[in-house]
Amino acid sequence: MSQNHTLSVLVENSPGVLARVASLFSRRGYNIDSLAVGPTENPDISRMTIVIDVDGHALEQVIAQLDKLINVISITQLNPVTSVQRELLLVKVSTTPENRSQVLETVQLFRAKVVDVAQDAVTIEATGNAEKIQALLRVLEPYGIKELVQSGLVAMERGLRLTEKFI
Amino acid sequence: MSEEVTGAQSLVKSLEQAGVDVMFGIPGGAILPAYDPIFDSKIRHILVRHEQGAGHAATGYAQATGRVGVCIATSGPGATNLVTPLADAQMDSVPIVAITGQVSSGAIGTDAFQEADIRGITMPVTKHNFLVTDPKDIPRAIAEAFHIASTGRPGAVLVDIAKDALQLNTTFDYPREVMLAGYNPVMNPASEALRDAAALIAQSSAPVLYVGGGVIKANAHRELMELAELTGAPVVTTLMALGSFPDSHPQHLGMPGMHGTVAAVTALQKSDLLITLGARFDDRVTGKLSSFAPNAKVIHADIDPAEIGKNRRVDVALLGDLKNSIKGLIPELKAVFTKSKPDLSGWWSTVNQWREQFPLGFDEPTDGSLSPQYVIQRLGQIAGPDALYVAGVGQHQMWSSQFINYEKPRTWLNSGGLGTMGYAVPAAMGAKVGAPDKVVWAIDGDGCFQMTNQELVTCALNNIPIKVAIINNESLGMVRQWQTLFYNQRYSNTELHSKRIPDFAKLGEAMGCVGLRAERKEDVDRVINEAMAINDRPVVVDFSVHRDAMVWPMVAAGASNDLITVARSMAPVWDSQEL
Repeated sequence: MSQNHTLSVLVENSPGVLARVASLFSRRGYNIDSLAVGPTENPDISRMTIVIDVDGHALEQVIAQLDKLINVISITQLNPVTSVQRELLLVKVSTTPENRSQVLETVQLFRAKVVDVAQDAVTIEATGNAEKIQALLRVLEPYGIKELVQSGLVAMERGLRLTEKFI
Repeated sequence: MSEEVTGAQSLVKSLEQAGVDVMFGIPGGAILPAYDPIFDSKIRHILVRHEQGAGHAATGYAQATGRVGVCIATSGPGATNLVTPLADAQMDSVPIVAITGQVSSGAIGTDAFQEADIRGITMPVTKHNFLVTDPKDIPRAIAEAFHIASTGRPGAVLVDIAKDALQLNTTFDYPREVMLAGYNPVMNPASEALRDAAALIAQSSAPVLYVGGGVIKANAHRELMELAELTGAPVVTTLMALGSFPDSHPQHLGMPGMHGTVAAVTALQKSDLLITLGARFDDRVTGKLSSFAPNAKVIHADIDPAEIGKNRRVDVALLGDLKNSIKGLIPELKAVFTKSKPDLSGWWSTVNQWREQFPLGFDEPTDGSLSPQYVIQRLGQIAGPDALYVAGVGQHQMWSSQFINYEKPRTWLNSGGLGTMGYAVPAAMGAKVGAPDKVVWAIDGDGCFQMTNQELVTCALNNIPIKVAIINNESLGMVRQWQTLFYNQRYSNTELHSKRIPDFAKLGEAMGCVGLRAERKEDVDRVINEAMAINDRPVVVDFSVHRDAMVWPMVAAGASNDLITVARSMAPVWDSQEL
């Protein structure tokens, strides 16, 4: 059964690393659902959080092939239960004077924020896991979504456990 | 200790430190600074006629010697001409390092003259690659390139160096060791896995040793022999593994796969345990994967974790250097065999029936023309098991795998994974440079030969006396065979008309070789012996052969191995209990 898997990948912070990872996924025919790249506490090392939609056998292959890239230092598969997973959403929703308060109520319910208000639209910022973001969008959709921007997923192990140890 | 040098000097000193004794290449604008210190270096530089030739020569050198082959080219077209040999070497896990010049760092990204993003282009076809823009990084990049190419699962590595990095001054400081955080090949298999593997072997009544090219890469042929004789199991060697186990050994069933022997193909199909050693369940071996060896458990020994379970689910994985894995397996097996050793006599009597019933063979053409299989068989018999045989890709390659007996590792070189037509002549050149005391025969098709024969000029001028047997059937023979079998004999664009155009013997002479020709059966021995007697020049022999000869047995692409045919529309008739 194909399903979403979250991989936290530490890579050397060197030119071409993103291209290598992207090229590997494209060459082997795996689809990336989401990809987030950013610095870590060590300036020589970056972290990629990759969400892929594959079955269990393909996942093993993805991990094994990724691990063969020389610039990839380590790969951890994050369990949604034992990790904190977040996406960032910016969404511009049409509003009328009549329904604006309903929209604002929704924003509060989802612990989202209004970051910009115009005459006939509000821009909302929300963070959360994929389910929460989807739920928020479902509720906002009837009002008319004019534009949305969504980040890739970032994730970290819960508790004291470190996602990866490295020197 | 560091000294003041130019980046170019640093490059050449680094190559010397890496142990390079020869490299194949062509200079050009961006790499030109490097060619000045190359002029003074003790490293032999062989000036080829096309960069593709340099790449395949590096591959042939590496396959013949087990050392890293090196090629060098300039930016842009020089570098892109290396793409095919890099992909070829990477597919067959051959350790080569390619050095390319790049436009100056300031010009990178501006579509400068002879600029090509060769690092980007070669990412999917190399094990790793580098772009160096700072001269101080040159020694480390070279050291890492050789380390990565030659360790773990070997492969192709490219180092692209900007022209200004070659020109600027720097200090030379070669790293004493290479430490890469993301690269630590596992060398030794887990001891539990070795025990599990031994237990599976002890329980198996129909095992097969499925041997791949990894045995040759790991120099594990002696260990393989010990393991084979300890288990008493039938051995099949893939196209990349020919020579890792002597063809003359009674346990050897030949090559499996699309054009393998009936015994080898069928033994895998009917086996209850595949002891897989450095092989990768390639589609040319498995046929239709879902019907491959349906009742077999699988032990898979390989150094590449990504090969384990890639195509076929495994029961026991032995991850590590193959030599260590086999060495570790032997005592475990001895221990379990003292308790119980399976009786393989029933399995052998079945296997031997297939062997006796369906030996490799060929029919002589009825019109008196020359049989290509006969030419290749005689070549192998006359040149013997100490010669190196380097094939192109196609029918002649398959016949060379079938009708020459390989007794030793590194005597059979070919392009297995990528199937690169044009591989033979330059690879033979590289092999001869690496093994100058060996007789090196390139066995090429008339189609393949016309792709890269210009390197015979390089051979003639650099005292590299290879011998080339052109199996000339005036067509792209393997493609023609498929047209015969699957496209109603509609021979679209496979006729090369190469009986006299070009005149291969004259072409050879024009390139400084001796040109010979054989057209009848009675010419064959004489011409081969004549070629064998010439050691001061390359020799080109044009064997004009029957064009309708086909490669048998055959499993059609995508079909189940159960559907092997021994000749056109002639499938083996199995006893019902065998199916």
